Amino acid sequence: MNIDMIANLSYIVSAGLFIYGLKMLGSPATARKGNFLSSLGMLIAIIAGLSNKGILSYEYIIGGMVVGALIGALAARLVAMTSMPEMVALFNGFGGAASLLVGWAALYSGELSTFIVVTILLSVLIGGVTFSGSLIAYGKLSELIDGRPLVFMGQRLFNSLLLIALIGSGVMLCLEPAVDSQWLYIVIGLSLLLGIMAVIPIGGADMPVVISLLNSYSGLAACAAGFAINNIILIVAGSLVGASGIILTQIMCKAMNRSLANVLFSGFGAVKQGKAIEGEVKAISVEDAYYMLEAASNVCFVPGYGMAVAQAQHVVKELGELLEANDCEVSYAIHPVAGRMPGHMNVLLAEADVPYEQLVEMDDINPRIENVDVAIVIGANDVVNPSAREDEGSPIYGMPIINVDKARTVFVLKRSMASGFSGVDNPLFFGENTRMLFGDAKESIAGIISEFSN
Amino acid sequence: MEAVFLTFILVLSIFLGFELISKVPATLHTPLMSGANAISGITLAGAFYAAGAGNETLATYLGTGAVTLATINVVGGYLVTDRMLSMFRSKKEGK
Repeated sequence: MNIDMIANLSYIVSAGLFIYGLKMLGSPATARKGNFLSSLGMLIAIIAGLSNKGILSYEYIIGGMVVGALIGALAARLVAMTSMPEMVALFNGFGGAASLLVGWAALYSGELSTFIVVTILLSVLIGGVTFSGSLIAYGKLSELIDGRPLVFMGQRLFNSLLLIALIGSGVMLCLEPAVDSQWLYIVIGLSLLLGIMAVIPIGGADMPVVISLLNSYSGLAACAAGFAINNIILIVAGSLVGASGIILTQIMCKAMNRSLANVLFSGFGAVKQGKAIEGEVKAISVEDAYYMLEAASNVCFVPGYGMAVAQAQHVVKELGELLEANDCEVSYAIHPVAGRMPGHMNVLLAEADVPYEQLVEMDDINPRIENVDVAIVIGANDVVNPSAREDEGSPIYGMPIINVDKARTVFVLKRSMASGFSGVDNPLFFGENTRMLFGDAKESIAGIISEFSN
Repeated sequence: MEAVFLTFILVLSIFLGFELISKVPATLHTPLMSGANAISGITLAGAFYAAGAGNETLATYLGTGAVTLATINVVGGYLVTDRMLSMFRSKKEGK
């Protein structure tokens, strides 16, 4: 049995571990073990990869791995849970860039059949788009650049021309493949530009879709690199990731009732539409809020991105425990696109020690929302906006929402009367049963908690 | 034939991925995504060949860059996923 054979057999083992690990990620009870198995699979694949007899010198490899492992471990340990979306975006970008470089280096490997060159082209292209797109997503999520959609005149025309130029130079590269081909550099440059152009028109509230999609691309880029260097484990692992990203993208789009094309190209939220809402807002004091909560027997928290910004998850959980001690049923209703990445709110509440049984999905809470005495909306806006149900002129019309307006009472914790991320007015604030609790969410809740202890 | 064989693997893996992921509950979407992201660092296994060719051409440097970036993705991705998952706990397990 030669060494290549052993390497390929090890790849089968690691593919099995990836698959089983992903399967175990399907339940909170087994997820951690699943992640461990998946990392074990990765370790086996890495060792098998290192045994490749084409490797003559290990200095560069070891240097690169030590530096990479240090950076990765530090970043993973230091990042705050609220910054998780941008962290994932950044890691994702690195994966894409790695595939780009592997594809590029594969051009040096000698014989270049057309099939190989096409796959090299794909790994460079998808890797490049993933890299620059993820960096822009990172910038938007960490607010280094403006999170609002950036649209300009002739944007679609520009992007179409860009795509045509990219395909054209790709074809030229395939016709005359060479390591020093000018077409190669043009393809790399245009791919990077395409990634930037693809993400800048997308607003912060649509980021869950973009991150999912970029996640899928990073897998597909690895997959293309696998074709380019004829490595089976890259193809298997890459396509698993590609598929997972596509599924998440679909779930996110469905949760906003919009097509992927609409999310990617519409520059949603750049313009204000929908009918203006008139009415009176009823404010409530911390003390009155306490009296109502003290009497309530069923309370449902509805968190949104604002909870992450205010870092209010810990006080929210504390209030939840006080309410439970007061014989009140407490749940946390989480909209699929609340926050900036899929499952963002769940992670924050888990960090605050909320047991996952109390985290309920939109479709579970809506049928019984009438039984909720008080729904507390914390930093969520669009995902509880009744316009999505009632106002056909509203840009978010048709999006499934958590129907908090049907609860007996709604508290909305809000800094001021500014509209939400998508710039759409929210009639919920003017509702008969709505009480606005103005101020910083964290302080307001801490205020209610101190009322409880009095 | 090689191309057909590899494409065959690709198609089967994609279907398998769809099957696996559609069963994951919304609660775990973030760890799922970051865990999947770590798997996409598998490019590392392919980057060794370029980085270790022994000749100091551009390919070596490209490969070394790929090794570094992919290692960040793998190590960071798995650790951060583990950190998140360690926070998910059931009521029964106590606080």
